[in-house]
Amino acid sequence: MNSSITPPPGSMQPSAARATAAPARLPRAGGFGAAAWVALLLVCAVAPVLNLWVPPDSVFHLSDYAVGLLGKIMCYAICALAIDLIWGYTGILSLGHGLFFALGGYVMGMYLMRQIGRDGHYQSDLPDFMVFLDWKELPWHWALSDSFAATLVLVVAVPGLLAFVFGYFAFRSRIQGVYFSIITQALTFAAMLLFFRNETGMGGNNGFTDFKRLLGLPLASSEMRMALFVFTGLTLVGCYAVARWLVHSKFGRVLQAIRDAENRVMFCGYDPLPYKLTIWTVSAVMCGVAGALYVPQVGIINPSEMSPANSIEMAIWAAVGGRGTLVGPILGAFAVNGAKSWLTVAFPEFWLYFLGGLFIAVTLFMPNGLMGLVRGWRTRRGGGA
Amino acid sequence: MTPDLLQQGAQRYQAHVAKSAASNAPSGGRGAAFGRVVRPGAIDTSHGRILYLEDVHVSFDGYKALNGLRLDIAPGELRCIIGPNGAGKTTMMDVVTGKTRPDRGSVYLGTTIDLLRYTEPQIAALGIGRKFQKPTVFEPLSVFENLELALATDKRVWASLRFRLSSEQRDRIDEVLRTIHLCDVVDRRAGDLSHGQKQWLEIGMLLAQDPQVLLLDEPVAGMTDEETQRTAELLLGLKGRHTLVVVEHDMHFVRTISEKVTVLCDGAVLAEGTFAQVQANERVIEVYLGR
Repeated sequence: MNSSITPPPGSMQPSAARATAAPARLPRAGGFGAAAWVALLLVCAVAPVLNLWVPPDSVFHLSDYAVGLLGKIMCYAICALAIDLIWGYTGILSLGHGLFFALGGYVMGMYLMRQIGRDGHYQSDLPDFMVFLDWKELPWHWALSDSFAATLVLVVAVPGLLAFVFGYFAFRSRIQGVYFSIITQALTFAAMLLFFRNETGMGGNNGFTDFKRLLGLPLASSEMRMALFVFTGLTLVGCYAVARWLVHSKFGRVLQAIRDAENRVMFCGYDPLPYKLTIWTVSAVMCGVAGALYVPQVGIINPSEMSPANSIEMAIWAAVGGRGTLVGPILGAFAVNGAKSWLTVAFPEFWLYFLGGLFIAVTLFMPNGLMGLVRGWRTRRGGGA
Repeated sequence: MTPDLLQQGAQRYQAHVAKSAASNAPSGGRGAAFGRVVRPGAIDTSHGRILYLEDVHVSFDGYKALNGLRLDIAPGELRCIIGPNGAGKTTMMDVVTGKTRPDRGSVYLGTTIDLLRYTEPQIAALGIGRKFQKPTVFEPLSVFENLELALATDKRVWASLRFRLSSEQRDRIDEVLRTIHLCDVVDRRAGDLSHGQKQWLEIGMLLAQDPQVLLLDEPVAGMTDEETQRTAELLLGLKGRHTLVVVEHDMHFVRTISEKVTVLCDGAVLAEGTFAQVQANERVIEVYLGR
């Protein structure tokens, strides 16, 4: 990876070498970036071959466990990217993105529950938890849950609409900084309490699980897991491309300007509200899509996904990787979750301490995250040469 | 509707026609009214004023920052505003640009535009640019990108997403760069500029915005003598084409550029006139200039 993939938003050393009298180029989103092409190749070709065609006893075999884990982490990486757009580039720290992630997941979960059909424990047309609660028919908000097409639309629309309405009122009232963070945290907490209730019709504290099929095909097969993995990878690369386009347009530069000097932006004649609202909604939708991809891969969604800690963890991924870069948060999501899946097996009691310690360490010693380290290392090497 | 009501109405109409014909005849008839139609967004300077503040009061928790301020600025004028700390100079700019809402009073751009009805970005779009006391530029962006953001153009989200710099706009940025002497550092991060260069960049951003009125809060603070001199030349070059309101503490600089000086004290105008007149004013000497 080199800096031409992700021109960092200004934290690079001054490019004095290029200083000419004539105003030079603007950084354009020219091309797609080598890293993205490599990622695309790994996800769409290398991983399926290693998993499905290389025999299990070979050292090159990619286990189903690894596929599941990587698929899950790619969903997290989409969230980290979404957080980065709103926090790293626009300077608005959201501690409630877990809500959008969970909403996308719940929408997909409703569809998967309906796909179970009569194969559930009670062999009823209704999902098991409804039978258990002695409900006779589907509540109104399940009306579209039989249609896959409608589910795809709702995966985008539900988090998007909530974010739009919430964002409109919050940004119009000029709620900023830590107050905004606290309100988003409260929002996800309130939603968690709502979803814990059986009356909400979302499976209460057990949520949805025991999924059997997607589009009529069994979820448990290797091929289906691989298909979900590939699709998640494509979505991640797609989100990266969208984020890249947004950030490299003048729109992206206005966002950074809002982050650094909102007053100046207003006196330049820009109304920050539609800018913030657009990026906030895009970010929420990305999280919702990630949640919808996550649920069929892990096979469960419940209100604990909305717990405040989950949202905070998302912010940590972005911070560890490097805010204000596009590759950084993706790296951060892989690094932190890789460490998590190892540590929670090796030292289960210490994971939360480790996470807290990591956040403090990153804030104190690595303000630009992993990408900051990479950049510093490259500058030193470049300076020595 | 009864016949007598119809009758009365017809009579009233006849009387009205006769009356308006009589009163309009000397001024060119009814058609003349269209000469004074208010056009939304256009600044009407036909009465010889471009910025007009009357009886503006602002208080913060009981402290009166502005106390019946009155200011009347002509198009193309370069007005210097001086006064001791806490006189309300910056608050005056906050009121004009929409950052602070006055408790009462009126603020007009031209004769027709009531600035109190608009938000900060709308006021900027109407043609008022502002430079802050502390130079405020977008530090991670390059000098060129800073100017590009400020450039007068459609500033809505969709337009920004699809924005491509046209050759006229590039020429315009070139022109501004030459005016503010930053041609050599176009690609440099704004955060890496010297203090004086940041001040100039911010003035350049105002120019790129192409405002009618420029409000400059301490434009030469922290500049070297040479930089101050160049800034003075720059502002004098802008006079006439733009209206400038300059708040400044540097008396030498004020003397160099000013034609008319307003002295503020305790949120109201203490004195107004040429630099010499103001300098000779007893009360100004007492509260501000010192004996």
